[in-house]
Amino acid sequence: MPTSPSDPSSFGPPADASSGPLADPLFDPLFDLAVIGAGPAGLAAAVTAADLGLRCVLLDGGQGTGGQYYRHPAPGLGAARPDRLHHHWSAYTGLADRLAAHERAGRAAFRGGHQVWALERTGDGFAAHVTRGPESTDRATVRSRSVLLATGAYERQLPFPGWTLPGVVTAGGAQAMLKAGLVLPGRRIVVAGSGPLLLAAASSLVTAGAEVPAVVEATAYLGYARRPGVLAGVPGKLVEGAGHGGALLRHGVRLRPRSAVVEAHGTDRVTGVTVARLDARWRPLPGTERRIDCDALAVGHGLLPQIDLATELGARTRTGPDGAVALAVDARLRTSVPGLWSAGETNGVGGADLALAEGELAAYAVAGALPEAGTLRRRSRLRAFAELMAAAHRPGPGWTGWLRPDTDVCRCEEVPVAAIREAVDDLGAGDPRTVKLLTRAGMGWCQGRMCGPAVACLAGSAPGSASGGPGPDRRPLGCPVPLSQLAAGPSPESPAS
Amino acid sequence: MVGAGVVGAACAYYAARAGLAVAVVDRGPVAGGTTGAGEGNLLVSDKEPGPELDLALLSTRLWRELAEDLGEAVEYEPKGGVVVASTAAGHEALRAFAAGQRAVGVIAEEVPGERLRELEPHLAPGLAGGFHYPQDAQVQPALAAAHLLRAARRMGAELITGETVTAVDLGPDGAVRGVRTDRRRLAAPAVVNAAGTWGGELAALAGVHLPVMPRRGFVLVTEPLPRVVRHKVYAADYVANVASGSAGLETSAVIEGTPGGPVLIGASRERVGFDRTLSQEVLRRLAGQAAELFPVLADVTVLRAYRGFRPYLPDHLPAIGADPRVPGLHHACGHEGAGIGLAPATGLLIAEQLTGKQPELDLGPFRADRFPVVGTA
Repeated sequence: MPTSPSDPSSFGPPADASSGPLADPLFDPLFDLAVIGAGPAGLAAAVTAADLGLRCVLLDGGQGTGGQYYRHPAPGLGAARPDRLHHHWSAYTGLADRLAAHERAGRAAFRGGHQVWALERTGDGFAAHVTRGPESTDRATVRSRSVLLATGAYERQLPFPGWTLPGVVTAGGAQAMLKAGLVLPGRRIVVAGSGPLLLAAASSLVTAGAEVPAVVEATAYLGYARRPGVLAGVPGKLVEGAGHGGALLRHGVRLRPRSAVVEAHGTDRVTGVTVARLDARWRPLPGTERRIDCDALAVGHGLLPQIDLATELGARTRTGPDGAVALAVDARLRTSVPGLWSAGETNGVGGADLALAEGELAAYAVAGALPEAGTLRRRSRLRAFAELMAAAHRPGPGWTGWLRPDTDVCRCEEVPVAAIREAVDDLGAGDPRTVKLLTRAGMGWCQGRMCGPAVACLAGSAPGSASGGPGPDRRPLGCPVPLSQLAAGPSPESPAS
Repeated sequence: MVGAGVVGAACAYYAARAGLAVAVVDRGPVAGGTTGAGEGNLLVSDKEPGPELDLALLSTRLWRELAEDLGEAVEYEPKGGVVVASTAAGHEALRAFAAGQRAVGVIAEEVPGERLRELEPHLAPGLAGGFHYPQDAQVQPALAAAHLLRAARRMGAELITGETVTAVDLGPDGAVRGVRTDRRRLAAPAVVNAAGTWGGELAALAGVHLPVMPRRGFVLVTEPLPRVVRHKVYAADYVANVASGSAGLETSAVIEGTPGGPVLIGASRERVGFDRTLSQEVLRRLAGQAAELFPVLADVTVLRAYRGFRPYLPDHLPAIGADPRVPGLHHACGHEGAGIGLAPATGLLIAEQLTGKQPELDLGPFRADRFPVVGTA
């Protein structure tokens, strides 16, 4: 298998396992370990687990490995240097090479296009129920003794007037377009929201040739400075931040702290935004509005752990300093569900380096082996840093001040702010689930992943909060599934199929 | 009223309308239990002649009245039900069942197999026949509970959510004096147990036995579709399953469209306690039966599934009315899968009893003391 990053086609799905001479060991229908998600945490876990002698299957909804973070151009786009869009590209290629070697030796298998929609506990471990292929054409069941959840995170979105206009994309979405398709969402792009992803996105955008008139950050970035000890423990993070900062400086990008985009303008497409200053609680300050012309807006408020598969099994959760619900794990990254482990963003968003470390540590724990002390130390430093970042970028309650009654909160079902306020004020809804039942907010295609945080704020309770929130969302189906596949029922796993 | 589900809401509505001072208290939110997990069936078609059908017929009339004010808000749809049989023997059984129902006022129109598709164009071909029940209707259950409560509050009722009833206060004479929650004391000469699946626990707080138990059900929800299912459509074996005493898994297709576009696919019945585990076998059977009845559904996508626990009593009748064992204690729970439909009749009868009127139906079959104390089932 070619290994140069200049040949992205080498990261496609592996050749048919049944044709390989060493594929036989994988015919056992019960794997030692199924790793769900082939981003940094999952890749590191699968490779380490195979190093340690576990027979391991790595599942991902995408066709190739890498996940959101190591997203790279689809084969055929002729990208010469995917590494230019990535920090630590060599970390990815190193893992991908090791995975390929394990696959050749029959110790591990990567199954791309495998979207897991439910995990089921069975007598001897777990069955992962999968809808398969880019068109969800058929169903598979992958059985394993243990499962490691490395399903990453998705973007937290907070609505504002105009956020559904074409040209408004998420900060992560803008990066994904760039990484996977080498396209820009516009020519003059305002980047707004809160969190370290903004700097990374703005830096990628200007490097790829876009004009970024402003990076609009809701916090003051003061949170980091309060705990210098933690920062000193992770100099790599400072270097990375300095790298983004340098790129932005060179391109003359203006950073506007304590500000937010309070409205996007345009009819067919965004043509400009209004930016306002915020107070410490994120309330927009009247009289501070200014307009910035642009043809695209990339907006994001950090990431939320993607943990449906585990919460559906009753795994315990915790609410992080950013208000996000993550899985509660012990020092060995075990969830409260026996045999279920979790690594990376699912334990609280903390970035790729932390995910790599946790993936490796979880694999050691599953194998019952002792990890390197250095990895343990690195993990705890990075985890502490993640908590600090999470606290710094927690959305303030005042953001609802930029909403208007007619602003859609749930864009799938087109539920405006006014309908949600009516459910809360007149109909007795005090939590997101009841708001959903009474307004349909969160009942559409995305199943509340987009509007969930906003609905929780408007309902006056955040999920899992001490104020009596109902706990994390539970979604029996992790993603939409064709009815015919539900009707087909689980099948015994056969790698040859 | 203990319980802010649809039954507690209906009790509060009719009691407030009768001029009583009412407080509704629930440990969770409005419609947080079985109500929020229901399909919103207002059915007469699945009930054999007897006390439950009497309740259903009364409720059918009351829902029609309620719909004049609340119809749009609660998505009331008098769309009718269609029960289908795949075999001639099944059709014959439906015919006998319908004959008994007609005798007590149910409208049931026989539909020969070749005319079923006039009612439901997407039904599978080759079905033996069925019956059309124009009195069957549907509401969105959470909206129904919330709007009944809003109406009750406009008549002076108080709604207290997020507080758990921890005790039922009894006087030296053994009569009810109110309830205590984790935050306050509510004094009242009457307490209505509308606690659904937890009705047995509330009864125990008052010192009486009421064996309410959960019967789990799953519902599948498809992507939004144009109107491919017009009525509430179900297979003949549903009636048998509703009345069944089996603890094992029973499924029978119950399929209906909603104003929002998604098609709802039920219904499964299992006695597994409060186990929330998703069952692959339930998914397989519900999806398979839906596609058998409406082949067009095989190609649609299921967006989500949800589950709920029907509160049932051993003889499958609810407990409604004053408990002769504890003066002032009233029950309005144990409606199994029919609570949305039976809520208005329950609320009206409770209000009539609370205000000293003669209830319009005999409450004898629903007495809460009809179950002997014999350990746990």
